[in-house]
Amino acid sequence: MKQYRTHCLVCTGTGCVSNHAFDIKTALESEIIKQGLKDEVTVIATGCNGFCERGPVMVVQPENIFYQELKEKDIPFLVEEHFLKGRPVEKMMYVPPKEEAVIPKMSDIEFFKHQLLVVLRNRGRIDPEKIDEYIGYDGYRALGKALTEMKPEQIIEEVKTAGLRGRGGAGFPTGIKWGFCEQAEEDTKYLICNADEGDPGAFMDRSILEADPHAVLEGMVIGAKAIGAQEGFIYVRDEYPLALRRINIAIEQATEYGLLGENILGSGFNFKLNVVRGGGAFVCGEETALIASIEGEVGRPKPRPPYPAQKGLWGKPTNNNNVETWANVPQIILRGGGWFASLGTKESKGTKVFSLVGKVNNTGLVEVPMGTTLRTIVFDIGGGVLKGKKFKAVQSGGPSGGCVPESLIDLPVDFEKLTEAGAIMGSGGLIVMDEDTCMVDVAKYFVEFLEEESCGKCNPCREGLKRLKEVLTLITQGKGEAKHLEMLDDIALLMKEASLCALGATAPNPVLTTLKYFREEYEEHIFQRRCRAKVCKDLIMYRIIAEKCTGCQRCVKACPTEAITGPRSQPHNLEESKCIKCGACYEVCKFDAIAGDAIYIE
Amino acid sequence: MIPITINDKQTKVPEDLSVLEAVREQGIYIPTLCYHEALEPAGSCRLCIVEVEERGRVRTAASCVTPLTPNMIIRTDTEKILKIRRILLELLMARCPGLKVLEQMAAQMGVKKVRFAQEDDDCFLCGQCVRACSEIVGVSAIGFSDRGVNNKIGAPFLKASNVCISCGTCTTICPAGTFHLERVDNLVSLHRYSNEYHQEKCRVCGDHFVV
Ligand SMILES: Cc1cc2nc3c(=O)[nH]c(=O)nc-3n(C[C@H](O)[C@H](O)[C@H](O)COP(=O)(O)O)c2cc1C
Ligand code: SF4
Ligand code: FES
Repeated sequence: MKQYRTHCLVCTGTGCVSNHAFDIKTALESEIIKQGLKDEVTVIATGCNGFCERGPVMVVQPENIFYQELKEKDIPFLVEEHFLKGRPVEKMMYVPPKEEAVIPKMSDIEFFKHQLLVVLRNRGRIDPEKIDEYIGYDGYRALGKALTEMKPEQIIEEVKTAGLRGRGGAGFPTGIKWGFCEQAEEDTKYLICNADEGDPGAFMDRSILEADPHAVLEGMVIGAKAIGAQEGFIYVRDEYPLALRRINIAIEQATEYGLLGENILGSGFNFKLNVVRGGGAFVCGEETALIASIEGEVGRPKPRPPYPAQKGLWGKPTNNNNVETWANVPQIILRGGGWFASLGTKESKGTKVFSLVGKVNNTGLVEVPMGTTLRTIVFDIGGGVLKGKKFKAVQSGGPSGGCVPESLIDLPVDFEKLTEAGAIMGSGGLIVMDEDTCMVDVAKYFVEFLEEESCGKCNPCREGLKRLKEVLTLITQGKGEAKHLEMLDDIALLMKEASLCALGATAPNPVLTTLKYFREEYEEHIFQRRCRAKVCKDLIMYRIIAEKCTGCQRCVKACPTEAITGPRSQPHNLEESKCIKCGACYEVCKFDAIAGDAIYIE
Repeated sequence: MIPITINDKQTKVPEDLSVLEAVREQGIYIPTLCYHEALEPAGSCRLCIVEVEERGRVRTAASCVTPLTPNMIIRTDTEKILKIRRILLELLMARCPGLKVLEQMAAQMGVKKVRFAQEDDDCFLCGQCVRACSEIVGVSAIGFSDRGVNNKIGAPFLKASNVCISCGTCTTICPAGTFHLERVDNLVSLHRYSNEYHQEKCRVCGDHFVV
């Protein structure tokens, strides 16, 4: 392979691509040629770097310089300054919130410093569309080991030693699950990789497939050997075109290299892999619904038992794992179960990828050892709450997760601890909420999402979600009654205990955790008709404080309904009946440079 | 035969029964809405929940779709189970006010009032008609359409089905008494689906068939 002095690793994950990363890449390439550097500097398109917030981003190696928010017009300057004259360009470097000095090196940036990359180890360093680059970083060595040196029982034993638990949500021990399927006495067995990822705001599985598709393939072939499966299916949601493209390229290349298909690595083992494009419903991620969907039926959950390990796809023993679960497997086989088990907590081993979003400075994809505290994730990696607002809660685990309050900020994040707190690991979505968030409104938001996504087959989920929404809506409209709290508890109990699948059983979590940790907000809504976060429109009123109003007329112009009137330089008048409580006046009232100083919400 | 315990009483039952069947065989009451002896269980109404204990682990399970295991401990009448069933029934009564089956069960289980806003549906989606049409009649003229709260039973696209033979099995099996088959001369109407079919009278047996 050709040697280069400098490598530009341009992120081409979905986030950066939507910010024109491919244009940046093209501009870099042509500028490098133009400035006569094409034998010295090379440009590589990598998978998601994680710091999507700052996209498009690029890392320059070997110096490890991190460039962010790149613009096409700045590329000629960058190429000249950095690559020709050897002066890295500060203008495009990262500045932490509330600071002024740039941090040139990626490894010094807080967002990256606390992360430990196992699953995402190849993110931002290889071109996911080139199998040779994956192989260059130990790729497919684990497969060689598994096929030539290990018996199926040994592979399963290694995964058990690792203590790997499913990353799809429930955290079921992967080795034990493989064991069930391995023991099923049938000749035909199937594997599934669940890449449905229907949680809004979650994008870890997409990023893994985009950044390192071969890790997932390799994990699946190893799993197939352990279980005795001949055919596998990767169920990818249709909204993930880039992931689909990369997984298809990876399958093609792996097949060409004899790492997939007939007689893999000359060992006599055959494994065929198919890609299935998912229809998109959230509930199709539930494994029995997913199986029905692959079979071409309507994606509705079925009662278990029988479990897929006994009767799965087309009635045959089937083992389904999540994308991230599969991607962990090659590392476990290569470095040993003991190594993996040394990471994480007593019950939860290894690392977990989280998508950090919401009211936090650094949003993006982070991988940390299990047991890392919420504080580290939100305040160190995430850089704290946006605009210096006060932190209120983290919603963990997707729509049916729970809200963890500030008092639990030092909670070490693992399967057990999150469940104890009433939340769930789910797929690893973390939404940061600040003081401007109304917790009743949050509960209502998730309930509404889940109501849309419930398949409607069983009564507790279908009727329960409808009624949770009904009651929460009344409370947020200022029509709450004391009995409503008990009604919410009752529905939650019914759903948790009696629903057919985990969607219904976990759906009350947002309500239960907000009731548990933020009960006073519910009570304020019900008994005082007050929304402290000033979110619930029926409970707030906008007023102008006459003593503070200078009569600047900015609010008069901003109000879409002409509710505010008054001549210049005199305190304005806000007509309550016309006010639709949109908050536009509050936003523009900047007298004394303090937003909303003369506009008061109560 | 395997040993199990139902409400603190030990007994032996055939192992191929479901928990529901085993319990009912002992003459113990479990309310059901979607279960029918002649059909594959769907496990969707969830009224038949009981508490089962296996190897020390206790969980709530829908008895109609739970297979028996040796030494299983089943409790059908704990305070929690009864409470959950009452809440479930209350929700169904809010959905379908005035349905006799529900009112009878409610009286038996002590559901006193319905705290939720009343709707005016007359189908609680037990799906017995759908399964009967497919499993017994072998026609699958009706099915579920739409998702979640909008879930409905009907022929595809809620239009008149072109495979329905208007045998009326759905109307006989419906526990809610929601369907009726109405015949005026050669026109058969299946209410609820708003399906209408032209039938002719068979010259041999005198019965009607769809043309
Ligand atoms: C409503 C619902 C949605 C789910 N969505 C997903 C999903 O998008 N991806 C996933 O891997 N698992 C999802 N699951 C969990 C799967 O049912 C299953 O447990 C998981 O794929 C098993 O893989 P694992 O053992 O590797 O975690 C979902 C479960 C429910 C109830
Ligand atoms: S719990 Fe909800 S999603 Fe699951 S089967 Fe019941 S209605 Fe469908
Ligand atoms: S009878 Fe068991 S779920 Fe309906």
